[in-house]
Amino acid sequence: MKKAIITVLGKDTVGIIAKVCTYLAEHSINILDISQTIVQEYFNMMMIVDMSKTDAPFDVVVDDLAKLGEGIGVMIKCQREDIFDMMHRI
Amino acid sequence: MINFYEVKETNEMIEKENLDVRTITLGISLLDCIDSDLNKVKDNIYNKILETAKDLVSVGEEIEKEFGIPIVNKRISVTPIALVGGSACKSPEDFAQIAEVLDKAAKEVGVNFLGGYSALVAKGMTKADEMLIRSIPLALSKTERVCSSINLGSTKTGINMDAVKLMGEIVKETAERTKEQDSMGCAKLVVFCNAPDDNPFMAGAFHGVTEADKVINVGVSGPGVVKTALEKVRGENFEVLCETIKKTAFKVTRVGQLVAKEASRMLGIPFGIIDLSLAPTPAIGDSVADILKEIGLEHPGAPGTTAALALLNDQVKKGGVMASSYVGGLSGAFIPVSEDQGMIDAVSAGALTLDKLEAMTCVCSVGLDMIAVPGDTKAATLSGIIADEMAIGMVNQKTTAVRIIPVIGKGVGETVEFGGLLGYAPIMPVNGFGCDDFINRGGRIPAPIHSFKN
Repeated sequence: MKKAIITVLGKDTVGIIAKVCTYLAEHSINILDISQTIVQEYFNMMMIVDMSKTDAPFDVVVDDLAKLGEGIGVMIKCQREDIFDMMHRI
Repeated sequence: MINFYEVKETNEMIEKENLDVRTITLGISLLDCIDSDLNKVKDNIYNKILETAKDLVSVGEEIEKEFGIPIVNKRISVTPIALVGGSACKSPEDFAQIAEVLDKAAKEVGVNFLGGYSALVAKGMTKADEMLIRSIPLALSKTERVCSSINLGSTKTGINMDAVKLMGEIVKETAERTKEQDSMGCAKLVVFCNAPDDNPFMAGAFHGVTEADKVINVGVSGPGVVKTALEKVRGENFEVLCETIKKTAFKVTRVGQLVAKEASRMLGIPFGIIDLSLAPTPAIGDSVADILKEIGLEHPGAPGTTAALALLNDQVKKGGVMASSYVGGLSGAFIPVSEDQGMIDAVSAGALTLDKLEAMTCVCSVGLDMIAVPGDTKAATLSGIIADEMAIGMVNQKTTAVRIIPVIGKGVGETVEFGGLLGYAPIMPVNGFGCDDFINRGGRIPAPIHSFKN
């Protein structure tokens, strides 16, 4: 499985999750886990997704999501899970 | 499964604390480029670098994107050119032609520095070694991206004082030749004792003869991350302090290990080592000096600085060693003056002097680094400073180095601007008493007694 972590950070507004999920569905990216909190009106979301079925290259997904975020006024990052695994798991 | 807070911690390190991979350095052996015809050597070198490194920059960028971590530099190190050019070059000018080819190749593949315009003369100089050394001022004035390093001594061989004397003169001449750019040439020239074969950091990187044909070495960084972690344990005792540095160094190094493995896989080139150095940049929050301040010093240079640095250096290694399968290079804390805003401030405040810096080099990786001194400093004085630093390396069985810039036309109190990663520096006073008779003796200093371990 090719896992990635998507993080969304920014001012809360209607439809953030909907827009991100629509994009992921369109590109056959499966969501494995979502967690979300709102701290002082700031929206914090983390998704663990499986990218093994998508045909979109990783860098394109990274750019698309960043652009999508700009449209909503939030910051969206997509990173391979390995960097977090390496840093936090022995 | 990875949780929210872990992801947040990693991303804050990257976004707010300047965590990055400082360099992916591709080591390339040029031994198979040797020929007795200079033009053939030049062609061979150019072709081999282009062929081997053509994907280096694009692979680096791809990794940046996939992991969301900046990789600041992509660089190349090559076999010491004194060996490669030895049979073809009949004069220093011939060697300088090779430097120009290296520069051209570096620009073509898009790396910002290429190291290895080097000679290893710890015990003696061949004719080719000496010619290469004499060509350095010309070579560095004619090129932009080529870096030069000379190994002048080692614990096993002692110190080659003839070469130390010559390098004092060469540093001065390089400064003269590049005086239009504030003697910038000297920022790309470093002398070593116990130079490692696999150092990925510039200006001292070269691809040692003990290395394979090609190898990927990675230098990690992250002084800002260590500093931020220490902010949370203010006032705690040394045990807590050390534990915090160690844990942070582990995390930082893991990222380097991941990037190195990935680069190695994508380029199809074996992974060599991770260099665990804390390397500062002039950016605010990316400073080793700030860590020393956080440990409890008003400024680096204050009493206690050497002890604080010794502790920092040791804990970085202890944390990093477990995080990577192969550790090498210089691995420790760098204390370049011009590349670290906190160091610059300490010099400007009068807290940090050349003498204190020398003491600090006994306990950290490398040595007197990116130090600007008055342009009228004598060559023999520069040789004296180099000899002192080499002696520290030789006796303590560690790498030491000197990268000193006599800024032609400027004196104490003025500043010099190198730009970019090289930063700017206030010009520091030098002890003006003479050492000419010492430097002029000639010959070599024998290896210390504790080198006889056989």
